[in-house]
Amino acid sequence: MNSNLKVLVNGIIKENPIFVLLLGMCPTLATTSSAINGMSMGLATMFVLVCSNAAVSMLKNLIPDMVRIPAYIVVIATFVTIIEMLMNAYVPALADSLGIFIPLIVVNCIVLGRAEAFASKRSVISSIFDGAGMGLGFTFALTLLGALRELLGTGRIFSLGLFPEEFGSLLFILAPGAFIVLGYLIAIFNKLQRDEAN
Amino acid sequence: MEFIGIIIVAIFVNNVVLSQFLGICPFLGVSKKVDTAIGMGLAVTFVLTIATIVTFLLQKGVLEAFGLEYLQTITFILVIAALVQMVEIVLKKISPALYQALGVFLPLITTNCVILGVAILVIQKEYSLLESVVYAVATAIGYAMALVIFSSIREQLALTKVPKAIQGIPVALITAGIMAMAFMGFSGIDQVFK
Amino acid sequence: MAKLESTFKNMFLSLALICLTVAVLLAQVNKMTAKPIADAKAMKLQGAIGEVVPEFDNDPVAEAFLMAAGQGDSILVYPAKRGDAIVGYAMNSYSNNGFSGNIQLMVGLDMEHRVVNYAVLQHAETPGLGSKMSEWFRDEGRASRSVIGRDLSAGPLAVTNDGGEIDAITASTITSRAFLEAVNRAYTAYLESLKAQSTEASAPITGETTKREPLTEEGGSNNEQ
Repeated sequence: MNSNLKVLVNGIIKENPIFVLLLGMCPTLATTSSAINGMSMGLATMFVLVCSNAAVSMLKNLIPDMVRIPAYIVVIATFVTIIEMLMNAYVPALADSLGIFIPLIVVNCIVLGRAEAFASKRSVISSIFDGAGMGLGFTFALTLLGALRELLGTGRIFSLGLFPEEFGSLLFILAPGAFIVLGYLIAIFNKLQRDEAN
Repeated sequence: MEFIGIIIVAIFVNNVVLSQFLGICPFLGVSKKVDTAIGMGLAVTFVLTIATIVTFLLQKGVLEAFGLEYLQTITFILVIAALVQMVEIVLKKISPALYQALGVFLPLITTNCVILGVAILVIQKEYSLLESVVYAVATAIGYAMALVIFSSIREQLALTKVPKAIQGIPVALITAGIMAMAFMGFSGIDQVFK
Repeated sequence: MAKLESTFKNMFLSLALICLTVAVLLAQVNKMTAKPIADAKAMKLQGAIGEVVPEFDNDPVAEAFLMAAGQGDSILVYPAKRGDAIVGYAMNSYSNNGFSGNIQLMVGLDMEHRVVNYAVLQHAETPGLGSKMSEWFRDEGRASRSVIGRDLSAGPLAVTNDGGEIDAITASTITSRAFLEAVNRAYTAYLESLKAQSTEASAPITGETTKREPLTEEGGSNNEQ
């Protein structure tokens, strides 16, 4: 079990998909205009990651090498469609704010990347832990970015007011704010990692 | 006149990368040199136009006819993956030089959210086939334009002194942010055509 | 168990099997979620209607109909009733002249041609500027901004820049104009609905005397089954 826990923690810090691997940028920038949006997107992606990693790992010996990419795509797209239908049915307001980025989970490089790099070679249990770890790392990054943008932009976090809206800068909720805050977050993350290595 | 509105909005006002956040991964990955950026832009334009037409026909002719709209995501992405494969094969035959230059980026167009994103968007916006094609081409031009501008800036950035922590992706992102701010100045420009 | 060889037969079978399983799985989940999704959509609409008209006890969505709204266009009208009497109409109106395009509004009027309330359903206006319309035009503290309670029979609403009475959102005149256009459009449909309502009350039940296009099989509130 120890090695599986290592796999899990790996996805959160050492190989954090956003801050380290730099994958899955599109939803990161687009859905983080508030903390709750970022968190929901992260959790939806984690659902797809865990399920598709598990499925790919279970099927790895039944998929001939040459057709593995289309096969992975079909599997991933299936789980994306499922989470899309579930969200539209049970949390429609959230599904509306995430909009087109829910179906776009299927082209999130993290999901296909992990299926190819990990799930196709390791056991089902390990793959599930990897999916969960990457998903948690992704959710953490998105929630952090969303919270920062919401706080700097409107003075609120998770819709709880911390300071009056007039002191916030609208820019942070808009497109440029996304790029800039993410850029600085990655820079800070880099610095922390480098300091730790020294 | 309406088409001009669609074109202006797609290229400037709602630029696919700087405003809609589609296609960021290749945007950051391919934009280190202007030549590769131009090549990528062309490839995306080509694939995007054909993909939009095919997925549109698929949606209207098959999915909606049989009430299978929930299969949209899965059929669209399969069509796009197949198309990219075909483009790869064709390109290898017609222009091996361009094929070499694009290298690993060509298969990556499959996972480029722009293609799938635009395919889904034109269905959501309920455009006609012609409007969808115009929108797709305009979006691709906007993408190529943003890509070329960005890569020219990055080529210059590579020659300057940047603090260590911000080097690489962080400074690229901050640059993109400033570009996005500049493009925000275009909002409302389509009002002129009303 | 070693990986399957990449022979044509294996590739075909493997992909076919996966696609088949997937198709069955998705069809199942679709069946399971189709009703909740439709219900969620209906609730959203019901919620918006509830916000903008006086208290009612019917099902406005079920009794909705299309009504002409000028310029060859028609919009959805939802009648709100208490018992048999209509207490108000909610109109799903729109304008395509917003700063960033289409704006969708639910506007509620009572039987005295007065605006009860409105709800912004959809828009792409600039956050912090045009998006303020969700609250600006119902600012009860500032009568010059609020459209609530205004009697539309006195004439169409316009911003002060255009000689009207409503203060536009600061730095968002275009959005404000589009907003009022949507409200005025709703009023046109409202007038047509009133006309249809009165002709129905006096004319025989043929269903052809008005331009009403009912959306339900029953064909509107006057056709008894």
